Amino acid sequence: MPELAADSMLRDAAMVVGKDLRLEWRSRVTFSQILPFALLVLILFAFALDPDRRILEEATPGLFWLAVLFSMLLAIQRAYAVETADGVIDALRLSDLDPAGIFLGKAAGIGLHLLVLEIVLFLGVTVLYGATPHGGLLIVVTMVLATAGLAAAGSLYGVLAAGLRVRDTLLPILMLPVVAPVLIAGTEAFSAAYADASGEGWKWCGLLAAFSVLYLAIGIFAFEPLLEES
Amino acid sequence: MTSPSTDTGAGLLRRHPDGTASRGSRILGIVLLVSVAVFLYVALIASEPDKSLDAQGQLVRIMYIHVPSAIGCYTAFFVTAVASAMYLWKRTTGWDALAASSAEIGVIFVILTLMSGSIWGHTTWGTWWEWDPRLTSTALMFVLYVGYLALRRAILDPTSRAKQSAILGIIAFINVPIVHYSVDWWRSLHQTATVASLDPQIDGLRLFALMFGMVVAMMLYVWLMMHRFRLAFAEAALEAKGLDLALAERRAEARADGGAVPPSVHTEGAS
Repeated sequence: MPELAADSMLRDAAMVVGKDLRLEWRSRVTFSQILPFALLVLILFAFALDPDRRILEEATPGLFWLAVLFSMLLAIQRAYAVETADGVIDALRLSDLDPAGIFLGKAAGIGLHLLVLEIVLFLGVTVLYGATPHGGLLIVVTMVLATAGLAAAGSLYGVLAAGLRVRDTLLPILMLPVVAPVLIAGTEAFSAAYADASGEGWKWCGLLAAFSVLYLAIGIFAFEPLLEES
Repeated sequence: MTSPSTDTGAGLLRRHPDGTASRGSRILGIVLLVSVAVFLYVALIASEPDKSLDAQGQLVRIMYIHVPSAIGCYTAFFVTAVASAMYLWKRTTGWDALAASSAEIGVIFVILTLMSGSIWGHTTWGTWWEWDPRLTSTALMFVLYVGYLALRRAILDPTSRAKQSAILGIIAFINVPIVHYSVDWWRSLHQTATVASLDPQIDGLRLFALMFGMVVAMMLYVWLMMHRFRLAFAEAALEAKGLDLALAERRAEARADGGAVPPSVHTEGAS
């Protein structure tokens, strides 16, 4: 009996994300390199903005999301570095996995890494910058929606840059303008949560949701031709 | 990929063998030159300065260049998106060359838009840069398409480059409204006082200057495109020819070494 396309897509996605999580478990690159980098960024922000003058506390939402974007670039580069080394990408092309499934799997892997990074960064800004949030639910929803959008766009642009010699320098210039709306929406929603005005924050979640859905859709359709050429 | 033919066009569009010009592009170029002169006369001298309620005065003249160049860049990026979609459908070099040429000219128009907007802002707001939603989203659009051009330079294999850029060309255009609306929304929250923006009430010669400016911008776009497209097409032909030449040379070397000539040479462009 032929399998439903969506079923095989999700099964392939689960295989890819399982592989990526196993890789991380064994190599601990995110844990031992990207996570410390993210915390370092928080400390560097404190050097740039005098911690005594409350600027840090006021700027917490923006600084949080900036730290997420910088760490995201590393997470995406790592996610595709494991695919391009040793000709793995050829194996992936020959593997008969559904390309849309590979896309979703890579996106889910990047998303899970990002979520962990965000939780640590969130604890970081709470402890280091002394900012206390009020709207807990808004914070969680914003994080989940923004992560979905960043992961989808990251998975897409990651494969676009993957095969190139200049991928490390090209990825930021391709990705950062694209995810600028996520930075805006994430920052505004967080600002609302910190200012105890969650009502204003929710409409930014709408923008984040639309962004995520759009990029998941583009990725599902565009990943196959991009994978062929990477 | 179908390799580019050596056909140089027909009729008015028959290309000069040594260049990118044709009779058609020369005629358009002359018309464009005259139009630019007329446009500059109307926009800078003949039309009245703005004396309406929120008077822009002489500053209104910047609009005659600013608005047409903004429309020029949107047109150019739209053409890039359409040509990218057409490439993915037809897979012919021409569509890829069209998308690439249009993006390049679009970036020039964006730079013009940003510069004229910034000069206007300097005299109106007193600063070269204000976080005006339109200015900000235009700046992001500029970086988006610089990224597109950077991707084109980064991929050596022509087919691979065409396909990947085509996908990016479409995604970049989808991004334009998202960026535009999110920035718009972002600024509308923070703006305390209404910042004067560059859209005064106009009529008469001023309206004519604006409309004619748009026509001139479109003509300039078409004229630049004719040359840039032909150049891109010639580049593609040269790339294909260069590969054939390199293959022939390697075969000749193999023959000179006395080795057997391989029946077929597998080539794969590095990317």
